Amino acid sequence: MAKAYTPGLKVSARTTYRARRQLPVTGDVLVTVGARVRARDTVARTSIDGDVTPVPLASLLSVPASDVPALLLVKQGDAVQQGTIIARTKGIFGFGKKELASPAAGTVESVSATTGQMMLRGAPIPVEVKAYIDGTVIEVMHGEGAVIETDAVFIQGILGVGGETVGPLRIATPNAQTSLEARHIQADMRGTVVVGGARITAEAVRAARDAGVAAIVSGGIDDADLRDVLGYDLGVAITGAEKIGITIIITEGFGDIAMASRTFALFQSFEGREASVHGATQIRAGVMRPEIVISRHADDARPIQSARPEEGALDLGTQVRLIRDPYFGLLGTVAALPTEPAVLGSGSKARVLEVQLDDGSRVVVPRANIELIEM
Amino acid sequence: MTAHGHAAKPAIDLSKLRFILATDCGSTTTKAILIEKVGNSWRQTQRAEAPTTVEEPFADVTIGVSNALTEIGELAGRRFIADDGTIIRRTNADDAQGCDIYISTSSAGGGLQMVVAGVVAQMTAASAKRAALGAGAIVMDTIASNDKRKPFERIQRIRELRPDMVLISGGTDGGNVQQVVQIAEQIAPAKPRPRFGGEYELPVIFAGNKEAAPQVRAIFGAKGEKGFDLSVVDNIRPTLEEENLGPARDRIHDVFLEHVMAHAPGYDRLIAWSDAPIMPTPGAVGDILQRIAERDRLNAVCVDIGGATTDVFSVFGGTFNRTVSANLGMSYSISNVCAEAGMDNVLRWVHVAMDERELRNRVKNKMIRPTTIPQSAEALVFEQAVAREALRLAYIQHKEFATTLKGVQQQRTVGDLFSQSTGGGSIVDDMQLDLLVASGGVLSHAPKMEQTAAMLVDSFEPQGFTQLAKDSIFMMPHLGVLASVHADAAMEVFERDCLVRLGWSVAAKGTGKWGKRCFSYQVSGAVQASGTLACGDVALVRVAPEQEVEVVVEPASGFDLGAGSGKRIARRVKGGTVGILFDARGRPLTLPESAADRRAAVARWAQAWGVLSS
Repeated sequence: MAKAYTPGLKVSARTTYRARRQLPVTGDVLVTVGARVRARDTVARTSIDGDVTPVPLASLLSVPASDVPALLLVKQGDAVQQGTIIARTKGIFGFGKKELASPAAGTVESVSATTGQMMLRGAPIPVEVKAYIDGTVIEVMHGEGAVIETDAVFIQGILGVGGETVGPLRIATPNAQTSLEARHIQADMRGTVVVGGARITAEAVRAARDAGVAAIVSGGIDDADLRDVLGYDLGVAITGAEKIGITIIITEGFGDIAMASRTFALFQSFEGREASVHGATQIRAGVMRPEIVISRHADDARPIQSARPEEGALDLGTQVRLIRDPYFGLLGTVAALPTEPAVLGSGSKARVLEVQLDDGSRVVVPRANIELIEM
Repeated sequence: MTAHGHAAKPAIDLSKLRFILATDCGSTTTKAILIEKVGNSWRQTQRAEAPTTVEEPFADVTIGVSNALTEIGELAGRRFIADDGTIIRRTNADDAQGCDIYISTSSAGGGLQMVVAGVVAQMTAASAKRAALGAGAIVMDTIASNDKRKPFERIQRIRELRPDMVLISGGTDGGNVQQVVQIAEQIAPAKPRPRFGGEYELPVIFAGNKEAAPQVRAIFGAKGEKGFDLSVVDNIRPTLEEENLGPARDRIHDVFLEHVMAHAPGYDRLIAWSDAPIMPTPGAVGDILQRIAERDRLNAVCVDIGGATTDVFSVFGGTFNRTVSANLGMSYSISNVCAEAGMDNVLRWVHVAMDERELRNRVKNKMIRPTTIPQSAEALVFEQAVAREALRLAYIQHKEFATTLKGVQQQRTVGDLFSQSTGGGSIVDDMQLDLLVASGGVLSHAPKMEQTAAMLVDSFEPQGFTQLAKDSIFMMPHLGVLASVHADAAMEVFERDCLVRLGWSVAAKGTGKWGKRCFSYQVSGAVQASGTLACGDVALVRVAPEQEVEVVVEPASGFDLGAGSGKRIARRVKGGTVGILFDARGRPLTLPESAADRRAAVARWAQAWGVLSS
């Protein structure tokens, strides 16, 4: 039978999840292979070069650049404090001497006789890498970091904002079809990962932030609300570094759209458990999607193993989500896979497929406009 | 073999060539074409594509190349790939398998990413940026002494970026040394980390005041000393009046090949396979456009609109310019187009009422699922409206960049005493534009050629007579690199198979009250037609590609079609797949203020130019 391939977001009740935790520059790895770690444990530590402060000595002292070396009171490699006198002019007959205090603390890295400029290197900046998930260290990369593995529930979102965080799961709405509104946010949700059903409102985000919620996950968000939350229009989907005091992940897309009911049910069955969440999204070559990872315990119920479809393969009966208007967000199963391209309403010719929607109706859509729901 | 894996290539005997394979390794797709000698002519005969395999789990670009060439072999009924995955070469004239030469361009892995620096943003730094863009690079940032950032902010910024190389300019020869050395001093301690791992020494090209070179050498150290690989080339701006981009551009190409490409997965093999240096994709497009413009003495503009970026290339009076609008594109960047242009500007091109909240969500949904395609007619109308704004903005950016040299004192006469400028005017003149070439998904794959033509006219607003064309299957990169080996073959294929001539835009410059006479036209020869257009009107006369006609236009006073205000103009032109689009909407193009009037006007134009899907 003909098969087509299409990307999809992963929603898995049980998978082996590996987190590669790496320092930006070499440093010390604090764990060994086989060690059990918790998400909040530090696994590697280092420091990176401090910031550089250029000091234009020649212009500040009003002397030619070539005179600067002779006026220095410090030499290359010396540590200076903010306010330390680093250079002094000779004045005229000893009068009118001009002194220059260091504008910052640091180490003298270089002084140029061409430009009369001093480079001060600030104190090293400490960098720590946390484990991010509860699991076992399976590999140590000497001086770089470690790989941690766990048996986990793994759910990819479609878009996130905000960085890594960890917290217990709290289900805030009664079902996947209910929007996450401010009234659903409770005072005791501080530090938790709150799961809603459909659209998150801007008011809900504000209430969650005020309550100290670590992250919120829901089906959709209105573009206008996201703009309100961020304070700007998200131009390109490269996120993760936003400093908005909370991480937000949407699982389906923009607009009033409910979370896929199986995804919601999966969250429900793990309510109260620690979840590791990362909002970073990069939709360019080498796609990165936001994620929610819940480490499984030995006594967790084993998910029913259905026959696993070949990864990415599109077959009759495959569960799909329609991802483009006029059917955006609808779910269904593949009912036919015609091989010949068809003319679309737009006038373009494209390969299509027929989808039986959950309400029983059938629609024809371009193959580019569906996505697999991987379980 | 050299240290970078270049095999010494034997000289190519052009007279014996028959089968030429060319690939363009893009970020997502590797596109291959076969060019064959058919009788006495060179023709592009087959094309195929395969996913690019630079990323894990393959991490070897040649796998994707082999796949694309295998497919092309199947289509051509000729074997090009051996069992071990390498390219088969023809050993004699009767050989039933193999090719004669293989060439390639590449923009895989995000292309060539550079940081450029100069002393003055509008002068030497602008020249450095022009050199980098002309060589096909993406300029991540431009550092200059007057860029309004504090030195520590500049250093911080350089630290965050991970360029493939850095180009430093600054100072005219014999001029200021101190400031350019200061810039070098800020780049060196920032220690920008290259993308390709620890052993890679960051290439730095110095193309500034030659008298500063010894100090710059001291700052970056010798190769293997401080983690930099410095090369010094002739000054990019030896005098204020002169821009000398060639040496810096050539060095960028060399460094791209020797360092950047050689470190990308599988490129050592690709370089060994290729019979000509691998060129960055946009660099190759620029090359072929320059050759065509030079040969036919044309002023030409070419635009390539992609998912993430829009490239604009131009040749005016022999001067080449290229710009990359990094965040103007139709999928990854679609949301940014709407943010930059404003939704009102996008919606002015839509002739039916649409719900703005709904559209905003749709735009974001396209951004997060960039591979989807418009299914309904309404979705296509909206997508093409966004494209018009992306193209318009990219062209504005291009015009602002493609200027005469800033800082050059003009010869003054008494007459222009009050209009004295110090250069810096755009060299892009819409009235002098002869050829406008479109490429990129939304333009090339529009269901109707009329839609492509209308998008070009609406966004570029050409004036007078301008020929419109599209790159049939995006083969300009392949032809650009082919031109470096066999210019005649490249030109022939460009004419016969690459360009699809859509027709002509005949548009009046000037503005007038809608309804008043703008110009009358008469078409004679293979097709007979005539008419008078009022301001705000458009018309289409179908003239097939092989038909030749004379077009005479008589504008009303205040309107110019190339001969001057109110002056009659006659041109002999060949037709195209669309024909001649007469445009009396005025320049600059303005649309009615009220939404209802605007929608009615846009619908009328779409109808007249045959844009609407039947």
